[in-house]
Amino acid sequence: MTPYFLCLLLFLIGVYAVVRKRNIIKIIIGLIIAEYAVNLFFILFGYKLEGRSPIYSPDQEIFNMVDPLPQALVLTSIVIGLATTALAVAIAIRIYEKYGTFDITKINKLKG
Amino acid sequence: MTFIPLFVVLPLLGAFIISFVGKYKKCFSDIFTNIITLTLAFLSFYSIFLLNTKSSLYIYKVGGWAPPFGISLVLDGLSVFMLVTVNILAFLITLFCINYMEKFTSKFRFYTLFLLMLAGMNGIIITADIFNLFVFLEIASVASYALVAYGIESEELEASFKYMMMGSLASLFILLSIAFLYSYASTLNMADLAQVLKEKGVNKVVTFAFVLFLVGFGLKAAIVPFHAWLPDAHPSAPAPISAALSGVLIKVLGIYSLIRISTIIGINKLFSNTLMFLGGLSIIVGVLLAIGQMDLKRLLAYHSISQVGYIILGLGIGTPLGVSGGLFHLFNHSIFKSLLFLNSGAIEYTIGTRNLDQMGGLREKMPITSATCLIASMSISGIPPFNGFFSKLLIVLACIKSGYIGYGIVAVIGSILTLSSFMKVQRYAFFGSLSKKSQEAKEVPSFMKLAMLILAIICSVGGLLIFKDIGNYFIKPAQEIIVK
Amino acid sequence: MNSDLKNKGMSLIVKTITRLTVGLILLYGIYIVLHGHISPGGGFAGGVIIALAFIHLMLAFGKDEVLKILPVTFVSLLESLGAVLFLSIAILGFLGGYFFMDWFAKGKPFKLFSAGSIIFSNIGIGLKVSLGLFGIFLVLILLKFKAKK
Repeated sequence: MTPYFLCLLLFLIGVYAVVRKRNIIKIIIGLIIAEYAVNLFFILFGYKLEGRSPIYSPDQEIFNMVDPLPQALVLTSIVIGLATTALAVAIAIRIYEKYGTFDITKINKLKG
Repeated sequence: MTFIPLFVVLPLLGAFIISFVGKYKKCFSDIFTNIITLTLAFLSFYSIFLLNTKSSLYIYKVGGWAPPFGISLVLDGLSVFMLVTVNILAFLITLFCINYMEKFTSKFRFYTLFLLMLAGMNGIIITADIFNLFVFLEIASVASYALVAYGIESEELEASFKYMMMGSLASLFILLSIAFLYSYASTLNMADLAQVLKEKGVNKVVTFAFVLFLVGFGLKAAIVPFHAWLPDAHPSAPAPISAALSGVLIKVLGIYSLIRISTIIGINKLFSNTLMFLGGLSIIVGVLLAIGQMDLKRLLAYHSISQVGYIILGLGIGTPLGVSGGLFHLFNHSIFKSLLFLNSGAIEYTIGTRNLDQMGGLREKMPITSATCLIASMSISGIPPFNGFFSKLLIVLACIKSGYIGYGIVAVIGSILTLSSFMKVQRYAFFGSLSKKSQEAKEVPSFMKLAMLILAIICSVGGLLIFKDIGNYFIKPAQEIIVK
Repeated sequence: MNSDLKNKGMSLIVKTITRLTVGLILLYGIYIVLHGHISPGGGFAGGVIIALAFIHLMLAFGKDEVLKILPVTFVSLLESLGAVLFLSIAILGFLGGYFFMDWFAKGKPFKLFSAGSIIFSNIGIGLKVSLGLFGIFLVLILLKFKAKK
């Protein structure tokens, strides 16, 4: 049970950074942490006690394999996270170019 | 049905080809994008025809793998309904872009992003696998974050950053709930999932997953407690993109996905009450925030929140009448809201401002823009001959028939407030005396006029869908998927 | 000119080590891409390693040296080509009856040519990911230099 709660803790740390931090870069890092927590959580769902990695090889048979599907899905999710992070960093650099600061409280030209 | 994957393949192929050919040949990207979106619109109409003449459900096995193991694509009443809505609008928006996007540099990048977004939306609609839905949702979202920041001015970047943070958190919630569902049911295929959930029963894990879905898709659809990003993000994009975002993106990403998931899990009383409450809240809060705005596009964005509330309210009632009202309003709203955004784009194109204070008397200078805007305004505020009236009527009738008279009154009040807010738009922008800026205004180029005229015609005749002979082919199959 | 080039990038030690290792990293990435269907890894993992080889080169020698070999337009062109390659393999599946159908000769399991079209898909993905990641890195660097002016 402990790994699941540690995942939850990691997720909460990430969300805390997104909600509470003022620096844009720290917000992005918080988002990445939260995303990895979710990915870890997904991997944990596929884990079996004493399970082995789901790779076939010509010489030996493998029993008690862990579920390979969550691993494939998480790989996809990591790729998506890469795209989002790259875009976020690019926008953060542009924001720095326009406003001269990374502080989210000083970036407030919009009314809402 | 071999053409089903084309709904995803064609826009993706177009995006990749444009990204390296468009740089060298300027008019290529215009022509190519329009051909692709026109083809997609025809294909979606053809699938209405197929669905009503032959079988009412088509399953396509990607890679030849049988459904529970491989990814499959499904064409049923609901997905065809959404495909038609999305692809008609995509074509008209790209038609509008030919002239409008000339003031921006590197138009081909814009088309690449737009086609990626379209591929993502079509993918969400036709897929029958929840993880695949998540992947397409992310493709569409990432493209839309980039499109919001397209002008790279300071406000646009800020709005895009805000939108991106909210959207990414929403995606995380959706991924988390997919993980929960997978751990419970050990399958990702939607039909299989529904079967397993029916056998194993719904317990706390599924309910928790469903709440996470509601938060995630609610953030994407900007239902009221989660609406803070929308009024910043939608006005910041270029006008055709605002039209696509408000018109179809929030509906496909938010409402359609939510409906799909709820048809899998099954709608219970608590859920439908929650949806109705959120819908009623969205109607009132959105319209109250809209009235005070002086920025035309911001006002329209707030109205999107309120109109999405009508759709949610209609779907939440859950009776056949309410659901068809909600779906009908979804179609109508995507038509008239994108028309209004295109109008605001046309005004911005000629006089260079979107502040209502600086407009005035545009009726004489821009007759077509003002006429189409008048039609759209009457549609959105529910004046009888136009389509918005009929869908709102269906929703209010469904409220009263099911005994939720309070929600019916909320819907009517929301409609009256919408009317007052659009009377203000008409008064400031098109009537009254000519302002300094509108002196040199002139009518917009021909492709922009054509796109607005077609949308206005759909607004005027769209009300005919309420008659059984026509609506049975379009709305009824979709409604039967939701209410069995 | 020659001395100017020497002064760019990092110190001589780093440059020498980079010269020795970068080829190995690149080769390892290509190995991972090509053996994606029989061992862990594949287009994405191998592509990331290839991109790291380029980034390694750029960190050691400075951006001008690398931009001479791999200009931005070339990178973006090849990246789009990778995507089109992957998509066209998927479309070729229509010849077998279904989108993404793998109708190539299957071969023997656990050999290099064994999994039909998967190896070509992996090459397409590897091209797209490696140059895409490198392109992101490049664009972020160029952006930063623009902001400083």
